[in-house]
Amino acid sequence: MAIRFDKLGVVIAAIAGYAAFFAPFATFRANRIVPGEGRFILDALPAVGGPLLLALIIAAIFVALLKTPLAWRLVASVAVLIALALAIGVAGSFLTPPNNTFARISPASGFWLLIFAFTLLLADVLTRLELSPFVRIGILLVAAVAVGALLASGSWDSLSILKEYANRAGSFWAEARKHVALALGSLVAAVVVGLPIGILCHRVEVLRAGVLNVLNIIQTIPSIALFGMLIGPLGWLALHVPGAAALGIRGIGTAPAFVALFLYSLLPVVANTVVGLAGVPKAANEAARGMGMTDRQRLFGVEFPLAFPVILTGIRIVLVQNIGLATIAALIGGGGFGVFVFQGVGQTAMDLVLLGAVPTVSLAFAAAIVLDAVIELTATSRRREAVA
Amino acid sequence: MIEIENITKRYDKQTVVNDVSMVIEPRTIAAIVGTSGSGKTTLLRMINRLVEPTSGTIKLDGVDNHSLPDYELRRSIGYAIQGHGLFPHRTVAQNIATVPLLLGWDKERIDERVDELLRLFQLDPAAFGPRYPHELSGGQQQRVGVARALAAKPNVLLMDEPFGALDPIIRTKAQEDLLAIQKHFGTTIILVTHDMEEAVHLGHKIAVMDGGRLVQYAKPAEILAKPASSFVETLVGSSERPFRLLSLGRVGDAVEKGSAEGEAIPADASQRDALAELLWSGKPALPVRGADGKALGRITVDGLVKLAARPA
Ligand SMILES: Nc1ncnc2c1ncn2[C@@H]1O[C@H](COP(=O)(O)OP(=O)(O)OP(=O)(O)O)[C@@H](O)[C@H]1O
Ligand SMILES: [Mg+2]
Repeated sequence: MAIRFDKLGVVIAAIAGYAAFFAPFATFRANRIVPGEGRFILDALPAVGGPLLLALIIAAIFVALLKTPLAWRLVASVAVLIALALAIGVAGSFLTPPNNTFARISPASGFWLLIFAFTLLLADVLTRLELSPFVRIGILLVAAVAVGALLASGSWDSLSILKEYANRAGSFWAEARKHVALALGSLVAAVVVGLPIGILCHRVEVLRAGVLNVLNIIQTIPSIALFGMLIGPLGWLALHVPGAAALGIRGIGTAPAFVALFLYSLLPVVANTVVGLAGVPKAANEAARGMGMTDRQRLFGVEFPLAFPVILTGIRIVLVQNIGLATIAALIGGGGFGVFVFQGVGQTAMDLVLLGAVPTVSLAFAAAIVLDAVIELTATSRRREAVA
Repeated sequence: MIEIENITKRYDKQTVVNDVSMVIEPRTIAAIVGTSGSGKTTLLRMINRLVEPTSGTIKLDGVDNHSLPDYELRRSIGYAIQGHGLFPHRTVAQNIATVPLLLGWDKERIDERVDELLRLFQLDPAAFGPRYPHELSGGQQQRVGVARALAAKPNVLLMDEPFGALDPIIRTKAQEDLLAIQKHFGTTIILVTHDMEEAVHLGHKIAVMDGGRLVQYAKPAEILAKPASSFVETLVGSSERPFRLLSLGRVGDAVEKGSAEGEAIPADASQRDALAELLWSGKPALPVRGADGKALGRITVDGLVKLAARPA
């Protein structure tokens, strides 16, 4: 029987093979800002641990490389990901010299590449399984709970990123709240303002090109420049409009960050509303008018439901984009996870950068999965209702 | 009764409907025929004010159609749009329930009406009611479109090529259904069609449009016998004329005394079908029987050929 290779599996095997044997698994540093030394899997783990992990990875590489049943691939990817999560914690405590509080152990490129390779394998399996939206959200929850349990168990406490967290536990959650509030708040504002603008652009053709062009131009202004442009007007507002300052409106801080995110969000919301409404079948609209629906009944009864999946796609883009962009808010004192990123860059402390970046990426990833599931649910609800 | 008086519609310089006047008697079907772009749809849509006329008036039962808000007017007029126009996000039952819902009927009455209409169009309510339009065939979609137009029992029904997408067999069936429904409810129907055959078959009167003008408005027999212009003559199709004329008459009206050998023809069949049967059988005459199966006499090729000649 000829051996048959899986196309994606070849890529995954190449990455994982390189990461396992030629890239450092963990980095050891004497303190938080000196350059580190790489440690390979066999050096980073206690006696049996290293060979065991390597054996598991090699087995999983073969499962990925060959055309194997989906169930095998699922087990292989999940097993490696769990083993990696546990092993990095073990490496942390193993590599830290006894009674040394300055030494820092952090995951190195080999670890990240292995995570990437087997997440790719897992994602491929999950896509091929064509899971229902509810199952996908369920898997996300299970993963979140598993990570939460690992964090709570303290098995990662010896890793550098958690040492940074331990020093900043209080401000971490405050910035997390600010980050989410910025990203979600500006999204809600953009939807509240953008939907009516989109509807107006759809109904009044002369407005359409103009409005979309202006929003397009805003979208291309670099965020730093936009902040700079907002300092003037917002500062003026704070000074001259009574009560504005009391509402938190200032030239720097949360207000300009919020306004900037809001402005960036408008284009996807307005554009998708226009595209969604334009995609409503002409005959359905004509029939709605012909049967005596008022404009409002037609908007809410026919146009909106039909345009909804497209509008939701716009909202998904905005949410993921905002979660990422909100890190920039820290530049002008707006808070959020960006605070750690920029402090870390300033201190050349990579661990601190990660403390800001990892939660941001995880949040964006989770938001994308949840909204994709919601979009699929609204698009297929027709068929499901029909069966019910 | 629908009275269209000197109605004109212009877009910029182009006159799409040009000074059209016609009266559609209550409880009759008027078929509008004409080439593509001759203004049929525009004329139809001025009745329910989807298009506002440039000049002229339209009265429904003596009342100007501008005396009501447009949406109220439209709820009282059934409209089967060119190419069904069903709402893709609503089930068949919800689609049919649209106008009754707008009129505020209670749920029980709506459900009853939806079931009644689905059965009328040979669609099983339990099987088709909960389906979505994309789960129906093109012909089924069109029938649902017509059912939806009839839902609130309108006195007036506007139909824009409602049977365009149907195959000949389903089409004939749908035409029979429409005739039965029209007789049953006494609906006044204006039907736009490309198909002269359909116009002759369904229309009590036929309106021929050409370049926005109404060139002839008369009973089918008259349109066939005395086309007002060479355009109407072409539209009628000179090679089809005698057969269309025959299709208007029933066998019962052409029975002769005597008897004949062969398969009997029912008295309510059309004279055209009878001629086809005679020619195909190769016989000069065939017996005719009534609905009760009683022999009525015979029908002959010679007799039908005389009837197919241009009336004096
Ligand atoms: N909104 C409009 N603006 C400008 N011209 C229009 C408009 N609607 C229709 N017309 C023009 O009016 C003419 C008549 O159109 P209409 O739709 O009434 O034709 P029709 O007889 O129904 O044709 P068909 O058999 O193809 O459906 C066409 O030339 C069309 O281009
Ligand atoms: Mg038309």
